[in-house]
Amino acid sequence: MNMFEIIERKGTERLKRGFAKMVKGGVIMDVTNAEQAQIAEEAGAVAVMALEKVPADIRKAGGVARMADPKKIEEIMDAVTIPVMAKIRIGHYAEAYALEALGVDMIDESEVLTPADAYFHVDKRKFKVPFVCGARNLGEAVRRIWEGSAMIRTKGEAGTGNIVEAVRHVRLVNENIRLLKRLTDEQIYQVTKKFAEPYLRLALEVKQISGLDARILENEPVYEEYTYQEIVDGIYKILLEIKKLQRLPVVNFAAGGVATPADAALMMQMGMDGVFVGSGIFKSSNPEKMARAIVEAVNHYDEPDVIAKISKDLGEPMRGLDIAQLEVRLEERGV
Amino acid sequence: MKVGVVGVQGAVSEHIEAARKAMKNLKVNGEVFWLRKAEQLKDVDALIIPGGESTTISRLMIKNNIFDKVKELGEEGLPIMGTCAGLILLAKQVEGAVEGQRFLELLDVKVSRNAYGRQVDSFEAPLKLTFDKKPFLGVFIRAPRILEVFGKAKPFAFYKDEVVGVEQGNLIGLAFHPELTDDTRIHEYFLRKAL
Repeated sequence: MNMFEIIERKGTERLKRGFAKMVKGGVIMDVTNAEQAQIAEEAGAVAVMALEKVPADIRKAGGVARMADPKKIEEIMDAVTIPVMAKIRIGHYAEAYALEALGVDMIDESEVLTPADAYFHVDKRKFKVPFVCGARNLGEAVRRIWEGSAMIRTKGEAGTGNIVEAVRHVRLVNENIRLLKRLTDEQIYQVTKKFAEPYLRLALEVKQISGLDARILENEPVYEEYTYQEIVDGIYKILLEIKKLQRLPVVNFAAGGVATPADAALMMQMGMDGVFVGSGIFKSSNPEKMARAIVEAVNHYDEPDVIAKISKDLGEPMRGLDIAQLEVRLEERGV
Repeated sequence: MKVGVVGVQGAVSEHIEAARKAMKNLKVNGEVFWLRKAEQLKDVDALIIPGGESTTISRLMIKNNIFDKVKELGEEGLPIMGTCAGLILLAKQVEGAVEGQRFLELLDVKVSRNAYGRQVDSFEAPLKLTFDKKPFLGVFIRAPRILEVFGKAKPFAFYKDEVVGVEQGNLIGLAFHPELTDDTRIHEYFLRKAL
């Protein structure tokens, strides 16, 4: 057989995870129009997230937040040469297929928009386009990775300009990864079963409605075509890999509350591969300057003298919100 | 041997790992390190510019005062390999550049940024190498296309009939990502230039 006869392949896991690797050490900025996208590109953003409203305004506006108008996303795709990402509602695979058809470079299945499915996230393996998903803890992270997410980000608490929740999520994930090191494979299997439980919610609810025993059959698919056992086996494999690597097997960014260069540096020092900045840039008084400063902060995160220098005279950062005063906690969406 | 991977943004750790493996296979002692500062350029024997966003990498290399020094070292014969965004950085001519974006202009090629399309068009395919019979898995991610090879640059990697890798004395430019595979033949080929 001629080895060159193999034709090209698209949408492989290597290509999806590889795309995420190319944005490492970078800043991905939320933008709502072509002009902001160009400001982000010129400031050195590695990608932009095309949105109709930044999270702070979504929070203010209330109501149902959906996928952005494709015309708006196209306008942003035409304005810049860097990758363009866009958000879909959790579980809304029709929005995902539409964005894939539009040609966005990555889809964020995001809790910032109003969830569309109370039970499940999108089965991301069915797509050629790579996905990024938010996670508050290791359980959420491995479920999203098992579903085919090529990249993970902390959920933080979007639109608040408050870093506390992002720090919480980094700590929860990192501590859980450290814990795996001390666990036997048997114990990790127990952890796996716990992490796989959310996939049973629909099947168990149906049994309850039907007045049947809350029991899952061995060959019964519970999520897409997968049985509970298949899910457990898949997640177990991922956890063993995480135990060995002592990090997630995919690129891991910080998101949800990064508002200053020092916030970005903190996230990088805590081991993140890069940062998403949502409202933090275009809700500050000098977006160009803030954007450049955050890009440099990610690059020089371990050089306090540089962080001090670039933090000078940036104008007002976004005002920010106390988590305790919030009416809606976006991070609680989608487990 | 000391190998620096320009580490301002992009797939840096993957190149570090690939170069370490290649060194081991070549039975060469040395270190591969993350290069972010001009001082670190003093004692490198070879340099790799990774994939990432060429606009970001170019900007940060200038900001960190390593851009001009790398250009100078490249002109003096330091082995430099650029992959994807790194190829764009090395190229003498670039189509689709952002206004004001600077390039090292060392390699006699004309490239077009993201010419293979957006991420949904990213692909894997076996490549032909001039220096080895076995195919090499080419991983192309929003890859630049080599439109023209002129002057002293010589093609050495092909996808179908298209040139996807060139060398020019001390320089290597690739449109694809060998660091995303376990195959270190191209890294070994490159590091031999520093022996």
